[in-house]
Amino acid sequence: MAADTIYALSSGSPPAALAVVRISGARADKALQALAGRLPEARRASLARLSWRGERLDDALVLRFPGTATASGEDIAELHLHGGRAVVAAVLNALGDMEGLRLAEPGEFTRRAFENGRIDLSEAEGLADLLQAETETQRRSALALAGGALSRLVEGWQSRVLVQAAALEAVLDFSDEGEVGEAMPPGWSEAVGELAGEMEAALARPPAERLRDGLRVVIAGPPNAGKSSLLNWLAGRQAAITSAIAGTTRDLVEAPTAIGGTPFLLVDTAGLRESADEVEAIGVSRARETIASADLILWLGAPADAPDRGRTILIQSMADLQPATREADLRVSAETGEGMSALVDLLIARAKLLLPVEGEAALNARHRRSIVAAAESLREAQTSRDMLIAAECLRVARASLDEITGRAGVEQMLDALFGRFCIGK
Amino acid sequence: MNESFDIIVVGGGHAGTEAAAVGARMGVSVALVSFSRGQIGAMSCNPAMGGLGKGHLIREVDAFDGLIARASDEAAIHFRMLNASKGAAVRGPRVQADRRRYKAAIHRMIDAQSGLTIIEGEAASLDLQGRTVSGVALADGRRLEAKAVILATGTFLGGKLHFGMNSQAGGRVGERAATRLAAQLRELGLPLARLKTGTPPRLDGRTVDWGRLERQESDSGHWTMSPMSKGRPAPQLFCAITRTNVATHDIIRSNLDRSPLFAGVIEGVGPRYCPSIEDKVHRFGDRDGHQIFLEPEGLDDPAVYPNGISTSLPEDVQVAMVRSMAGLERVSILQPGYAVEYDYVDPRTLEPTLAVRDVQGLYLAGQINGTTGYEEAAAQGLVAGANAAAMVAGEPPVLFDRSESYIGVMVDDLTLQGVTEPYRMLTARAEYRLRLRADNAESRLTAKAIGHGCIGPQRKKHFRSRENQRAEIEDALSFALSGSLLQSSGVDVRDDGVKRTLADWLRFPELDREALLRIAPALADQPGALVDEAIEDHRYAPYVERQQAEIARLRGDDAVRIPAGLDYPSIPGLSSEMVERLSVSRPATLGAARRIRGVTPAALAAILVHARRRAA
Repeated sequence: MAADTIYALSSGSPPAALAVVRISGARADKALQALAGRLPEARRASLARLSWRGERLDDALVLRFPGTATASGEDIAELHLHGGRAVVAAVLNALGDMEGLRLAEPGEFTRRAFENGRIDLSEAEGLADLLQAETETQRRSALALAGGALSRLVEGWQSRVLVQAAALEAVLDFSDEGEVGEAMPPGWSEAVGELAGEMEAALARPPAERLRDGLRVVIAGPPNAGKSSLLNWLAGRQAAITSAIAGTTRDLVEAPTAIGGTPFLLVDTAGLRESADEVEAIGVSRARETIASADLILWLGAPADAPDRGRTILIQSMADLQPATREADLRVSAETGEGMSALVDLLIARAKLLLPVEGEAALNARHRRSIVAAAESLREAQTSRDMLIAAECLRVARASLDEITGRAGVEQMLDALFGRFCIGK
Repeated sequence: MNESFDIIVVGGGHAGTEAAAVGARMGVSVALVSFSRGQIGAMSCNPAMGGLGKGHLIREVDAFDGLIARASDEAAIHFRMLNASKGAAVRGPRVQADRRRYKAAIHRMIDAQSGLTIIEGEAASLDLQGRTVSGVALADGRRLEAKAVILATGTFLGGKLHFGMNSQAGGRVGERAATRLAAQLRELGLPLARLKTGTPPRLDGRTVDWGRLERQESDSGHWTMSPMSKGRPAPQLFCAITRTNVATHDIIRSNLDRSPLFAGVIEGVGPRYCPSIEDKVHRFGDRDGHQIFLEPEGLDDPAVYPNGISTSLPEDVQVAMVRSMAGLERVSILQPGYAVEYDYVDPRTLEPTLAVRDVQGLYLAGQINGTTGYEEAAAQGLVAGANAAAMVAGEPPVLFDRSESYIGVMVDDLTLQGVTEPYRMLTARAEYRLRLRADNAESRLTAKAIGHGCIGPQRKKHFRSRENQRAEIEDALSFALSGSLLQSSGVDVRDDGVKRTLADWLRFPELDREALLRIAPALADQPGALVDEAIEDHRYAPYVERQQAEIARLRGDDAVRIPAGLDYPSIPGLSSEMVERLSVSRPATLGAARRIRGVTPAALAAILVHARRRAA
């Protein structure tokens, strides 16, 4: 029955030492082939360079397990990636681009395993309890996220989409009764456009993940610029809630920490320089990727070399040893502590702009997918000259929003319709 | 001696006649029991057949070779294609039907149908062996035996008429109610509840000042409800339009205390889309008038049906009310309007075959299931009749899917969601509306109908030649050409250098019917309706394809069966609301469970796990 091939990050939330992405279904081999350029021997781990559309993604350990004697009962491919978020996101995006592949729903691997007879009764028993927890979590995260702000936001949209759908359906189903007009109701297109605009604005706001995983602050610069000292100072001051993890990424050090109650993920990178040493060269290239995925960059090098000025704070480190330069935003010394409190204040101030506002609905990736689909459908409805198509687009928009809060259905739309129009003979 | 049949159908309305006829077409023996032969095929409410959603249902029943479309064409004295200016998916064919001609047409078809016996009498009770139906006992003591009984009793079950503050038992004016049957269904444990419906006063057309009113003429086209009908045999009449006004509303408002609706006498729930005029005035007090359609009831009948003023106010108020409207100043009332309250069985106790879930051989069709409308009733009669016949013959059930028919939408809605008001079909109920058009009902359903043996030989012949013509049309549309070639034929499309088939070019609105016939003149030799159907198919193809993907995604869940006795309260993770809905509806598949309001994906997974565990 499962036609789609599904994929998901099967290990914990990155960053972590390793990230395992699992692909299950008939197209698993095809997907692996597309990324690795070859199909490895079954059930044997091998190293492969993953790339997609000419871009290198990662050097990863890959495995393939032909069905049906697999965890899900289907063909499975596993990619053991370096656990940085940029890498994982890039690989997931590549898989999402492939035809016939989609992100797994929560619990879907387990569901397939059960359906294909790979889990026995006692396991299923335990699963039922797990599912209960999942229901509870989903309910909580869907309805109580951001103190109910998300549900208020989405329900507000839902009821407004319903009203616009009802206005159309009244014309489609009751125009013979003389109580509603024949044409698109006046102001309809504007109202739909306004709704789409609000959704697009919400999508442009900082994502919920930043709140959960921390604001990603990458410390970068040439070798020996004092990056590690700076990280240790920032993290060490909050030693009680700091645990620096040296990943197998060898070259990145990530330290989740809280500064002034704001979650940060501090990332130390390899010094940026051209190198003939292969290992160091990989480290440098990874550092560049990391910088690309940063929310904020503390740049310890020459101001002229700073990447993406908009996200960058220019730091002149080792202030105790060097004369001041004019271009730097701040002069700090991890040795004497000079400038450090100013840096902390600046980090907190910048974070406020980048993190979801408290009490405002923050959207996670699943919500964003649904809202993107809803907004796109509304835009299509807005420009459609055919009322039937417009109504179909609104139906798709309603279904997309329903994915977030649960099914609404035709009845609610009819409630809206009969509540507003005096129709019926 | 007891008479014995395969199927007994109780009730000769639109559900009963379709049920009896399809059973007989499928080759089983059928008895149709009615209070009186003369009432078989009666149109008891408005004189219209079809409309939005309803016209779709008529065409679908017709695709199964049913009666309703052909009888409508015989009787039609006014044709109107609703939404003619919009996409074909929401176009609704509707006719005004002469009651006598309609009834005569039904009688002629029923009489000509072999294997169908009409029995006059009152079906007093069901004969049961435990929870298996074995026949029907008539009030005069006769007993009829059968393997299946279809109840199509309309509003006669526990029926109660309200004329102002006076009420009396009965399902229609001048007829008795089936109260004993209602009591028996209650004893069987079937959940019964009350609904109400209403009807407007009938006016004497000879006292209407037609000259003062805006006229609505019959459509000039040649379409018919059924392709099997030979044109439009009856003369065409016009309808007229008047309006209620401030004076009308004042009369109604000052007499609300004499309406059983507002005095709390009526407990049943009425339909929102067919509100009484009292309701309209009360709920939309700011409106200064409502449109009222004056519809002739027949060629040789002076009665006029004022569509839009269904009421249960006392007769003197009704007279004052109608006389306050333009053109009706001196009108006389032939029969006052009234409200009907009646029992219905919660349709969530039914299978998708319309069989009662735990009473073997018992089927319900029509208003008894909480629906309203001739068309909804006829469609259910078809479903119940075909399935009872299939059951008796040991054949697989005749199931209808939401994605293939309005019949499927209705049966699914009824059996999964139940009703909170009389259920009427609307195109908005069909999520796959773009594919479910009134003009393609045959293409969608007749092959299936043939597979189940529901079709007569004439219809089969018609369908074969129709399929050949459709294939020829598709052949002509597979001709590929470039945009520049189209441009040279006067079609204002962009030339992107891509060669497309005519079918694909139809996705661009610039290629209209006229231009298409110019480019592919062979199409002019084909029936216009089939060319239109093909154009519409290709016009909406991208959206239909998108929906097709959605249907395919959900279809997997329809293959997963849920065991009948699944104990929902014992499944962890389900809210009490979900448990209640699932326990009453008892969805047969995971797909059906998914469609029940308020059931979340996580709840579905929990249900699946428990279903599998029980199966193991």
